Amino acid sequence: MAAKRRLRVLPGFGLSLGYTFTYLSLIVLVPLAAVFIKTSSLSMLEFWNVVTTPRVVASYKLSFGASLAAAGINTVFGLMLAWALVRYTFPGKKLVDALIDLPFALPTAVAGIALTALYAKNGWLGQYLEPMGIKIAFGPWGVLVALVFIGVPFVVRTVQPILEDLDTEFEEASASLGADRLQTFWIVVLPIIFPALLTGFALAFARAVGEYGSVIFIAGNIPMVSEITPLMIITKLEQYDYVGATAIAAVMLVFSFILLLIINGLQAWTARRTGREV
Amino acid sequence: MAGVVTHRAHPVSDLSRFENNPATREPPWVKRLILGLALSFFAVFLLLPLFAVFAEALRKGWDTYRVVLTDSDALAAIQLTLLAAAISVPLNLVFGVAAAWSVAKFDFRGKQWLVTFIDLPFSVSPVVAGLIYVLMFGAQGWFGPWLREHDVKIIFAVPGIVLATIFVTFPFIARELIPLMQAQGREEEEAAVVLGARGWQVFWMVTLPNIKWGLLYGVILCNARAMGEFGAVSVVSGKIRGQTNTMPLQVEILYNEYNFAAAFAMASLLALLALATLVLKSWIEHASRRDYAPVPEGRGKV
Repeated sequence: MAAKRRLRVLPGFGLSLGYTFTYLSLIVLVPLAAVFIKTSSLSMLEFWNVVTTPRVVASYKLSFGASLAAAGINTVFGLMLAWALVRYTFPGKKLVDALIDLPFALPTAVAGIALTALYAKNGWLGQYLEPMGIKIAFGPWGVLVALVFIGVPFVVRTVQPILEDLDTEFEEASASLGADRLQTFWIVVLPIIFPALLTGFALAFARAVGEYGSVIFIAGNIPMVSEITPLMIITKLEQYDYVGATAIAAVMLVFSFILLLIINGLQAWTARRTGREV
Repeated sequence: MAGVVTHRAHPVSDLSRFENNPATREPPWVKRLILGLALSFFAVFLLLPLFAVFAEALRKGWDTYRVVLTDSDALAAIQLTLLAAAISVPLNLVFGVAAAWSVAKFDFRGKQWLVTFIDLPFSVSPVVAGLIYVLMFGAQGWFGPWLREHDVKIIFAVPGIVLATIFVTFPFIARELIPLMQAQGREEEEAAVVLGARGWQVFWMVTLPNIKWGLLYGVILCNARAMGEFGAVSVVSGKIRGQTNTMPLQVEILYNEYNFAAAFAMASLLALLALATLVLKSWIEHASRRDYAPVPEGRGKV
């Protein structure tokens, strides 16, 4: 990197940066700051009491646990899907590749009612699952199903480009040295794609923690059992408890800032490891 | 978060390099197992919900559609959704171009922070996104008293819905353009300036043709999210029928009233929008691959 200042030949620096910063501040930064300013009207003790009531703590456990589980499921199946899309030919492949992004394009409320219809007692899947004692809709398992749905694209789309760029030489070298396919995967392929896999996991997890629309229809929203944290904010708002809602929002915001920084770090790691952006 | 869907312009690799090579080929049973598991997961978690939307919508026949789509509340919801998207997408488009121009074409301190801040709305829960505007403009909010004095309504009214939509779709276009314009560098624009192009001429004649696919890609993803947003909008909307209900909120109301056929009919319109988005997205990926494909040997040389 040359240390000397670049001469600005191109026009519009002041205008574009000024506009970017103003718009960013007005739409994002100032309103987000409002959460912390409003929260600071509480004393530490009051704040602590609001964000640790048993019902809210139960919601953290569910949101956190279900998001972690959903991101894990998506990592396993996302890797298999990415692998199949990059390495195998099969009928309908283009369709599968295009529909992977469905959870990004389908409004969450639509996903929510569709999943509920599938897993309810008389639904296409629920009618077989409920007699077996597996109750998914209107309980914590429903939360998990919804979070798996919305997280599908993340791992596939972060791992897929890395697999596409992967040179076959490494695997050839591994095979010629006597490794079988499983050993080659564990020792050669997995370390290369691992940062991308972890990035996809973190992205799916971060999305799942904040998700609202697809979950509330299928969750049943039973206090202490199947309420997610974003729903607690809504509940407080409906009771006109703005301070309480804001305190929980502050907890969520701090959590997502930390996740965002972790994800940035992971993406930088992926870029260093594989020489490409994800 | 949806930033991972950046469009891929590089050509799809030739599969035979894996399948015909014993070193990169799995035993047939392993291949069948992976394919079976991956496609079953795909079918259960993605295909079935999509089919369910249309099956439930059509359960009572096409008549439901006619009834639903002539209902005045439903029409108002469709109009409001179109309006919110029509305002938020262009605003975020202008922002995206300005942000990408400043980040990709100039060096300045704190650039990395700026890019991180632009990403923020992706990592904020939609519910929190709605809440922040209630804190600003709600009756109890910072500007609440002033707004009431001047008889301006933002929360539980259309402006609040538009604001929440702008927030949740904020990074889409910038996110798409920044890496694209960074990868393209500054040489072409600098050459244009040296050759006498001025101000906007550089953008319209040099930059825009280079970024058009990325731009379009960002716009359709931004639009899909703008029309489909639920959480943020539901916090600020107040859900006044015929006035502050968007299509996704209308779906919720109909569903909670056990009017399933109507809820799914409305939902299926949104699902069609999602499918149209995916078709356009694939088409753009195809078109940009064609445009950016390596020039065959001996051609394209002057």
